[in-house]
Amino acid sequence: MITHHLNDQLLMAYSAGTLPEAFNLVVATHISLCDECRARLASFDAVGGALIEEQTAPVQMGVGALAATLARIKDAVPSARAQPTPALSTRDRVLPVPLRAYVGGGVDRINWRPVGGGVKQAILPTSEHASARLLYIPAGAAVPDHGHRGLELTLVLQGAFADSQDRFARGDIEIADEDLHHQPVAEPGADCICLAATDAPLKFRSLLPRLAQPFLQI
Amino acid sequence: MFDMTPATGASRQRAAAAARLRVEHKKKGLAQGHAAVTITDGVKWADLLARVADRQDTEAFAALFEHFAPRVKAFLLKSGANSATAEECAQDVMVTVWNKAAQFDPTRASVATWVFTIARNRRIDMLRRDRRPEPEDLSWGPEAEPDQLDALVLQQESARLITAIAELPEKQRVMIERAYFGDLTHNEIAEETGLPLGTIKSRIRLALERLRHSLS
Repeated sequence: MITHHLNDQLLMAYSAGTLPEAFNLVVATHISLCDECRARLASFDAVGGALIEEQTAPVQMGVGALAATLARIKDAVPSARAQPTPALSTRDRVLPVPLRAYVGGGVDRINWRPVGGGVKQAILPTSEHASARLLYIPAGAAVPDHGHRGLELTLVLQGAFADSQDRFARGDIEIADEDLHHQPVAEPGADCICLAATDAPLKFRSLLPRLAQPFLQI
Repeated sequence: MFDMTPATGASRQRAAAAARLRVEHKKKGLAQGHAAVTITDGVKWADLLARVADRQDTEAFAALFEHFAPRVKAFLLKSGANSATAEECAQDVMVTVWNKAAQFDPTRASVATWVFTIARNRRIDMLRRDRRPEPEDLSWGPEAEPDQLDALVLQQESARLITAIAELPEKQRVMIERAYFGDLTHNEIAEETGLPLGTIKSRIRLALERLRHSLS
């Protein structure tokens, strides 16, 4: 049961297509797991539809535009016609489809790098406007104490973590900004795997992780 | 009026056929000049798109093109494209409308909404904006025809949303337009959008539950 959802700002920006790639990936992955936010996103898309429909000044297409478009449709090779993709064709118990595309397969394909204390991470290739990474936190271990300079989204894919405020399990998303200083701890049981994205480098409060920061790329 | 029992594939298809028939009847009423036409534009566009999907109907496509292409072009111009690029990309969007017509799900979107999502994706490519991965697909496919009552109510709710947006205070409406035309970052979008999306969201949620049920 997912209890921590996306906010309206993120859903509207994702619908408008103006989020950095790393945030788009988190939103798409959460929606893959959460029908409540899938429906909310569809309602924000409906706002876009209303704006398309209600434009005060549609702009006439050029002469012969319809004929040109029909000619392009006719000239396309038949195989180019899109077939509905089979729903949920290849499944992975941890990674939803959008994330599989970045990892190049399922959870066994993640290229983990140790970052100390049993914690591992894998940086995902996204645009430089924000960064995304997968985090592996052994059950019972703490994520390094950190605050945030920008916006940080953390989506749980396996296991669960808790901080002083709340508990986050598979599908739950934590939205953290400058005001939040926290030390999340992975619950006992399954090791915790999260997808995290931020539009600014994290700031660590102790010296050692701060020195390591350039090397960790977080 | 509608078959409300949990639908099998066959009964959904029957319901779909019946709904198409009703649309045909209403159109005939329209042609004969009957007043108080109840068919909404939304149902009309969905019906035309179904004709494109089912039998590659170029006449239906021409009607969709005439309505949507100039709107998509205006949207792309407002998003920063020059005239030639907007014209070309609007054509691209309409080619995609033809190619993907069978993927349109009238229980989850109006045709205008679906066209918006295609135009948005084209704009991201056109302006070389950040990649935007899509959520895992939940397509209904041939085994799960969309529920026609869900579809009619959704089209109605989409029409209501247009009215609701038109009635928003000027400042708020401008914020929303700027967000969708790409002028605002996510940080600049208001925390409370003030959009009355509760009802349409609930309807889509219901359609998703039915779809999950029919897929399981």
